[in-house]
Amino acid sequence: MESFKDFIDFLTQPTLMLTLSMVTFPFFFPINDWFEKWNRRLRLNLLWTNAGLVVVMLGLALFFVVGVQDAEFRLIMLKPDNVPIVGLIFLVYFFMWVSMKQASDNDARLSSGKKPNEYHDPDEKVLVWPDLVYVEFISLILCMCLLLVWSIGLEAPLEEPANPAATPNPSKAPWYFLGLQEMLVYFDPWLAGVVFPTIIIFGLMAIPYLDKNPEGSGYYQFKNRRLAISIYMFGWIILWVLLIIIGTFLRGPNWNFFGPFEYWDIHKLEPLTNINLSEIIYIKLFNTGLPSNIFLRELFGFIVVFGYFLVFPPLLAKTVLKRLYLQLGNFGYGVFVFLLLCMLSLPIKMYLRWIFNLKYLIAIPEYFFNI
Amino acid sequence: MSDKKNIFERFGESQVWKSIFRSGVPRTRRQRMMSVLNSVFLHLHPVRLPRHAVKLKFTWCMGGLTFFLFLVLTISGILLMFYYRPTAEYAYTDIIDLREQVPLGIMREIHRWGAHAMVITTWLHMFRVFMTGSYKPPREFNWSIGVLLLVLTLLLSFTGYLLPWDQLAMWAITVGGNMARATPFVGHEGPGAALLSIGDINFINMGADAKFALLGGRFVGEAALLRFYVLHCIGLPFVVMILMAVHFWRVRKDGGISGPT
Ligand code: HEM
Repeated sequence: MESFKDFIDFLTQPTLMLTLSMVTFPFFFPINDWFEKWNRRLRLNLLWTNAGLVVVMLGLALFFVVGVQDAEFRLIMLKPDNVPIVGLIFLVYFFMWVSMKQASDNDARLSSGKKPNEYHDPDEKVLVWPDLVYVEFISLILCMCLLLVWSIGLEAPLEEPANPAATPNPSKAPWYFLGLQEMLVYFDPWLAGVVFPTIIIFGLMAIPYLDKNPEGSGYYQFKNRRLAISIYMFGWIILWVLLIIIGTFLRGPNWNFFGPFEYWDIHKLEPLTNINLSEIIYIKLFNTGLPSNIFLRELFGFIVVFGYFLVFPPLLAKTVLKRLYLQLGNFGYGVFVFLLLCMLSLPIKMYLRWIFNLKYLIAIPEYFFNI
Repeated sequence: MSDKKNIFERFGESQVWKSIFRSGVPRTRRQRMMSVLNSVFLHLHPVRLPRHAVKLKFTWCMGGLTFFLFLVLTISGILLMFYYRPTAEYAYTDIIDLREQVPLGIMREIHRWGAHAMVITTWLHMFRVFMTGSYKPPREFNWSIGVLLLVLTLLLSFTGYLLPWDQLAMWAITVGGNMARATPFVGHEGPGAALLSIGDINFINMGADAKFALLGGRFVGEAALLRFYVLHCIGLPFVVMILMAVHFWRVRKDGGISGPT
């Protein structure tokens, strides 16, 4: 039992958990034929079968049932405001199953020349009363019952009265913003709290104008939309939901990482040795001091950041994203690649931190301009 | 055979009943169509739909449940407003009274857990719309309206989080407010803020920047409580209701629930 707990604590470290989920992700949602071959060879498509649903749900349930026997685990999972996130884990898998199962059914139908399951003779329609009204009515009653049971069973939290003099450790944002707070570890607030949320909102709004693929409009389907679905899933599951899970359950005092079975020790010390790119280059590499001219000092950072946004777009347009470039034209493609690169900059910055202890690529604290 | 009618049937034929429900008990096809058309609530729907569109496995009824939760939150929120005063002096104790003095005191639970649930159902609804490709033409614009609804749902939740005026509330909003202070150009610790100055005078400073506008002060205090209260109870719901009306209207005008052709 103890070794099981240690193993889970080990596995859930952000470094390991994020790496594992990012590496395995394309096998679950194959982005090209090669990954699809492996998806089938590894039988990962069984995940979207009835048996898959039962196994995963029971597995998750078992994990939580065993887990709550442990006092530390109970403390963090059953905190009233955290309960919805436990529910979210089950719901996300369940609805991913609902959609992916129908998508793979339809993929099979379409490849054998049939119409998708949703297709019915357009002349044959059903009446809203009773067919739809009843479905809505029953879902609504069930939803209300669930909410009532939840409300009777679990008291809303109320802590000590607000006190500006006593900062709790850790201070957490509401759970749905914990993805952003987790980003604060890797980016300054002007990026993590303002620029990235804005980009996320505009990026989401831009989806219909960037995805010009006419396939799969109005029915579940995976195969002919795999690029779009993979990107969406990556952003939603890994960069949003997983970061929320990390932020809620695994971040303790001083925003240090704590495994789900680990005691929240306020005195846990994480050595803070993060350094800036300019320091790596001028001090470690060149062995000279930092130049006093800000632009000279941050020159390499600017080269890296501008290079990232200037070199990759044409490079990708000539190689893997060629078809997309021709389809979207200069402007559409530019917007798409910019959004994609912004999204990928988060995991990239994470790895730079984990591997090189890199704090900022560009660090101009004089003007609050740190990247 | 007696043609005696029971009390329900007699009532169903009375002038009172018929003046309310014009089309009678929906038994025939015509009556069923008319009962949808004649009701201001039901006629959000079309009268007839393709078969796949009424199936739970297609829409998961997720948009409908999101709307339902919004209504639950509105009603429970109104009840909470009877008891709650948004001042530093009373806010916290009013919340305690809600739990201890009010009979059947689960209104606060319904409101809080309902809000969490609405955030989740909105995400799931969006996920469904994505997976069925329902944002593709002609529904692009309605997807964008949806994104705004999502943002507003989160903001509603966020503004409500402060109102209990406990440690959890105050410090969660402090974390959020500290981000506003770093807004480029208009936050006093944001990049570019120093550009907006003449000589020694900074136009963007602690007393005049995005954070101050959000909180009505330099810190999370009583002014912030009032601001969040007004936004939470009046400002944001007002905008959300308008956008929901547009959203539902567009679902119909874009040709109803999407489907394969
Ligand atoms: C407060 C939040 C929202 C409410 C109350 C709401 C409500 C609804 C309802 C009742 C429908 C009818 C079909 C269904 O139930 O699935 C619908 C459809 C739709 N919603 Fe939402 N919605 C919300 C948020 C969103 C979001 C966040 C998005 C996407 C970003 C979105 C995009 C759409 C689209 C594109 C349709 C048309 C779907 C189709 O034709 O299949 N909505 N919405």
